[in-house]
Amino acid sequence: MPEPITLTVNGVEVSVPRGTTVAVAVLLAGAICRHSITDEPRAPLCGMGICYECRVKIDGVSHCRGCQTLCEHGMNVRTDD
Amino acid sequence: MTSTGREQFDVIVVGAGPAGIAAATRAAERGARVAVVDDNPALGGQIWRGGAEKAEDMQAREWMDRFRKTAPQLFTGTRVIGQQEPGELLAEERDVPRTLRYRAAILATGARERYLPFPGWTLPNVTGAGGLQALVKSGLPIRGKRVVVAGSGPLLLAVAAYLRQHGAEIPLICEQTSWARLLGFGFSLVSQPSKIVQGLKLKFELGSVPFAANCWPLAAHGSEHLESVVVSRDGEKQEIACDYLACGFHLVPNNELAVLLGCELRGGFVVVDDLQRTSAPAVFCAGEPTGIGGVDLALIEGEIAGLAAAGDETAARALFANRRKLQKFVTRLARTFAPREELKSLASPETIVCRCEDVTFARIGDHVSSRAAKLHTRCGMGPCQGRVCGPAMEFLFSWEAASVRPPVFPARVASLSGMEAELELESDRTTGGIR
Repeated sequence: MPEPITLTVNGVEVSVPRGTTVAVAVLLAGAICRHSITDEPRAPLCGMGICYECRVKIDGVSHCRGCQTLCEHGMNVRTDD
Repeated sequence: MTSTGREQFDVIVVGAGPAGIAAATRAAERGARVAVVDDNPALGGQIWRGGAEKAEDMQAREWMDRFRKTAPQLFTGTRVIGQQEPGELLAEERDVPRTLRYRAAILATGARERYLPFPGWTLPNVTGAGGLQALVKSGLPIRGKRVVVAGSGPLLLAVAAYLRQHGAEIPLICEQTSWARLLGFGFSLVSQPSKIVQGLKLKFELGSVPFAANCWPLAAHGSEHLESVVVSRDGEKQEIACDYLACGFHLVPNNELAVLLGCELRGGFVVVDDLQRTSAPAVFCAGEPTGIGGVDLALIEGEIAGLAAAGDETAARALFANRRKLQKFVTRLARTFAPREELKSLASPETIVCRCEDVTFARIGDHVSSRAAKLHTRCGMGPCQGRVCGPAMEFLFSWEAASVRPPVFPARVASLSGMEAELELESDRTTGGIR
């Protein structure tokens, strides 16, 4: 079993297997990917980079699609930011 | 942000699914200098997701091995956002812009699911069918979860089999089409033994999972996330408690880039000639954007496009007969899994159709065309640029697709500075409306 990857989602540490995407890490951390403009909670729909429902801030860069980004050690993910 | 300068290739393949892999391999084997650009972090597209290491079927493994031997230049995690001028694509890798020059481009951009709005479809844990499979392949634990798989198309069976294999419980697969159409489809496959084997294999893997035709979701319920789904099954309402609803209504082509490059479309699909050439000079297209036909057809179209782009028409022609056989599948799929009229009335006036801008069915219905609706309500102007609500509106209101404008994906301003010439022509363009 390879070493898991540890990252933070909204400051909370999560450990995930290598190959896990940020969108999944956000779900595992129990966070909401984003709130819509009428404040509905939203989570990934397409899983393949089309719908943008999983967009989050990764290491200070806004609007990254979580489903198209693999988790890396020490990554800092923030939702609704 | 530093640009990486201009890189020149004989053939640039956009999309690393089966069609793109076959195209790149065949072109490179003929001596072309090939680059492959794909938005995903790994090769394989959606069906071979994860590349050779994860590929479960032999066909995928063989193609991925053969592809790697040709050592093409790979740009994964890279999106093509527009064309600077003919022969020059602008791409973005995370936030680094790249300019890629080509003598021939092969668009193998695949397909996405068609999503149709119904009350509750925006709740967390209502996902696409292929969408949930993609998430599970990306690490989402599914063991012990109850998943209703719904919508239309052969993908539903493949997804249900995959989820079950990974420990999910599938209380029901809901296929909107009728038994009559499904049976017709089954008989039509007699001419294609490989498809029958695929079908039987799935049936075996699905075992005792209940499957209903004439069945579709009416509403998803839950407060913070999905708790149950109400389906219409042979005209009766049935409520099913579940953790996920994996729902997609067959597939629609990813043809935005083709439109941007000036390729002619017919019925929403990219028009190609025998050699997979589009109406745009030096631009080829292969796989689902030319017609939803599945992996076998995508591979052979990719091979033909790759050979033709590398100048070997003779070898390309040798594959025509085989392609013709597989093309029959396109019309059968389209006919069998076309969404039924009843699905047009699933959304209530308050149901959100455009998820990016939260535009409701009622607000969109006040307008006469997708363009008018877009201008007045912003539907289709959010980050997904209408990729989700566009096909839904085409079906719900029988509207033509809205126009495609550069950039085809939301892009960083630094990347766009390279696109000024093109953008100046678009006085009322959208940059994707990211917030």
